[in-house]
Amino acid sequence: MNFDFSTDQKSLREQARKFLAEHASSTRVRRILEGAAPFDAELWKGMGEMGWMGTAIPESHGGAGFGYLELCVIAEELGRSLAPTPFSSTIYLAAEAILLAGSDAQKKRWLPRIAQGEAIGCLALSEGPQVATPANLATRVDGGRVSGAKIPVADGDVADFAVVLAGDGAGGRAGLFLVDLKGAGVTRTAVATVDPTRSHARIALEGAAAEPLGPAGQGWPLVERLLNRAAVLVAFEQLGGAQASLDMAREYALGRFAFGRQIASFQAIKHKLADMYVGIELARSNAYYGAWALSKDAPELPVAAAAARVAASEAYYQAAKENIQVHGGMGFTWEFDCHLHYRRAKLTGLMLGSARRWKDLLVTRLEAGAA
Amino acid sequence: MDFEDTREEAAFRAEVRQWLGAHAEPKGRAFETWQSRYAGREGYDGLERAQAFQRKKAEAGFAALHWPTEWGGRALPPIYQVIYAQEESRYLVPRGYFEIGLGMCMPTLFAYGTEEQKRRYAPAALRGDEVWCQLFSEPGAGSDLAGLRTRAQRDGDDWVINGQKIWTSGAHWADWAILVARSDPKTAKHKGLTFFFLSMKSPGIETRRIKQISGASHFNEVYFTDVRIPDAQRLGAVGAGWGVAITTLMNERLTSGDLRGPDFEEIFGLARTTALEDGPAIANAAVRERLADLYVKTQGVRLTRFRTMTALSRGETPGPENSIGKLVNAPKAQEIASFAMDLLDMGGVVMDKDAAPLRAAFQESLLSSPGGRIAAGTDEILRNIIAERVLGLPQDVRVDRDLPFDQLPTGSR
Repeated sequence: MNFDFSTDQKSLREQARKFLAEHASSTRVRRILEGAAPFDAELWKGMGEMGWMGTAIPESHGGAGFGYLELCVIAEELGRSLAPTPFSSTIYLAAEAILLAGSDAQKKRWLPRIAQGEAIGCLALSEGPQVATPANLATRVDGGRVSGAKIPVADGDVADFAVVLAGDGAGGRAGLFLVDLKGAGVTRTAVATVDPTRSHARIALEGAAAEPLGPAGQGWPLVERLLNRAAVLVAFEQLGGAQASLDMAREYALGRFAFGRQIASFQAIKHKLADMYVGIELARSNAYYGAWALSKDAPELPVAAAAARVAASEAYYQAAKENIQVHGGMGFTWEFDCHLHYRRAKLTGLMLGSARRWKDLLVTRLEAGAA
Repeated sequence: MDFEDTREEAAFRAEVRQWLGAHAEPKGRAFETWQSRYAGREGYDGLERAQAFQRKKAEAGFAALHWPTEWGGRALPPIYQVIYAQEESRYLVPRGYFEIGLGMCMPTLFAYGTEEQKRRYAPAALRGDEVWCQLFSEPGAGSDLAGLRTRAQRDGDDWVINGQKIWTSGAHWADWAILVARSDPKTAKHKGLTFFFLSMKSPGIETRRIKQISGASHFNEVYFTDVRIPDAQRLGAVGAGWGVAITTLMNERLTSGDLRGPDFEEIFGLARTTALEDGPAIANAAVRERLADLYVKTQGVRLTRFRTMTALSRGETPGPENSIGKLVNAPKAQEIASFAMDLLDMGGVVMDKDAAPLRAAFQESLLSSPGGRIAAGTDEILRNIIAERVLGLPQDVRVDRDLPFDQLPTGSR
């Protein structure tokens, strides 16, 4: 039995934690929360110098060719620190989409630049306040030109290119397309979200040039495969954030006195923190399994990814929400950092689709496995 | 990251598989037990069958893998015990007779007994010739074990025991027992305890079965009237019984176990084969959401155990994560039972084995699962343990810590 990260992977974690403690401190995160910059460009540059963007990109495409376990380790630390960068959009979604479906030419064009930290990508899927389905997908491609509106697109305001899901036939048929966001027919507007530390946009496409990514008509299955892979990586970000929330709650409860004693000595608080811990450990074990399945490209990935996503989304939200509660009145002030995780927990819980939907997917996949 | 055994572990697993294949009967379904198939049948006495199997297991060297070789063990790291248990769990082996003796009593004897005592008791316990039980809990001392009141009074070379124990598994068939009793009620409660072992055949011991909600009787009350124990059977110093009891309980945490009853697989199967008002239960959104929640918890506990096994396999001390297992599994068993019965609607109440799905396993679990949330650490005590030992939070304010025991306030229950 060897169900844990290796010594090398653990030292990578330490290295990442140290780097982010300095370069993605709460002060730095708050600069993005309160300022006009959409992301921390200096931090992004530093992450590029550390070689993180190329972690799972093969060496033949300019990456470091480590693998997904290493990427999971980095993701957990990014989540812990709340690093305000377009890493998830670029690496877990855009780069993965190209690795999954791109032609050699597309890989050659984008992957080396992504690995160097010189290109930012994003995934343009959602079209408004409802779940995206074949029945309601309005964005369409015709003769190599795409038209429609995508909202919200994480990092859509800063990305160089987007992977766009658009109808390419009748009856809800769709395909994936690469769109140069600096080209003609693209209008981007920043959109406010519950988490201003991560920038989002509305992208209006009016006959923008669209290059097919993968086979025509395969958009939905490709998106499903893409989201499975991203679900595992985001689960590690959520895990890091959940653990940070528990750590904050613990520290505050130990230092805060009421009724003549530490509030951490009251069972109402102790049991709340114990429940946070249980949720996090269940999520951690499910995420590790997802990491294993992702790294081996195992047939278990669809089930493992759904379980990891459900467990991590719920554990992070629970930990972030109860962290505010433990902090009492200070917990809902702008000044304390509790809200940073509360915002990020809800954002990451929805960015690849809600836990509600992933639970349904999970049972569908278990049924398929049992049939 | 993988789920493979090391070469040594794989060789051991193969040895275990071969041996079990030759000496034990495979299960029909995952949660079936020897008891659920054979209990009550003529010619199937559980204790006799268990002793016969235990003897073979001891001869094959599987009975106490982590014990020193001089006592019949193999001195193997704990991972091998886990591997053996994994393999044995696929078979119908009568369980519940020797776990306490081998897992808790003997380790305590190894730590505190004389060489002569170890020689006298360990081999007999290993072969299942002698069965042990543990006399700890009392009517007034459950979660707060150190509040126990059974008296031990010195009389020459003997101690005289008076009082009552409760929740003693197997007291009605045990030959020997470990006992913690109060030797000095004038001192603070943790300091006035002394630890012994004694014969369950001693004059003055009376054992009564306790009938549980489920109708089963796994536990006993044990009454002591002037029971005499030679001082030579004291383990640890006079007044040091609490420390000895902690040794015993640390071992309990390593042995306490799995969900015994329908689990995710069974509720998933039921949902796929049961019709609701709007079609198959598995197609109902509310049902699907709960199934997903149960799957995530089930996998979470299973995979957490793999993390613990990994630490053991690497020769490391497992992290605290394994403390979540029972806290998640015990309430989950109750939830699965109740949820399954809801799916069966009005028919869910039926407990006739021939008329209820899975021979009424869900209904039986409804009645047995509340005990799982209490035995071997209540949900609340487990949360305290996680809070204090894992998260490092302070203990509760203890009003009883430094008062003499006989001056502590008591209630009527």
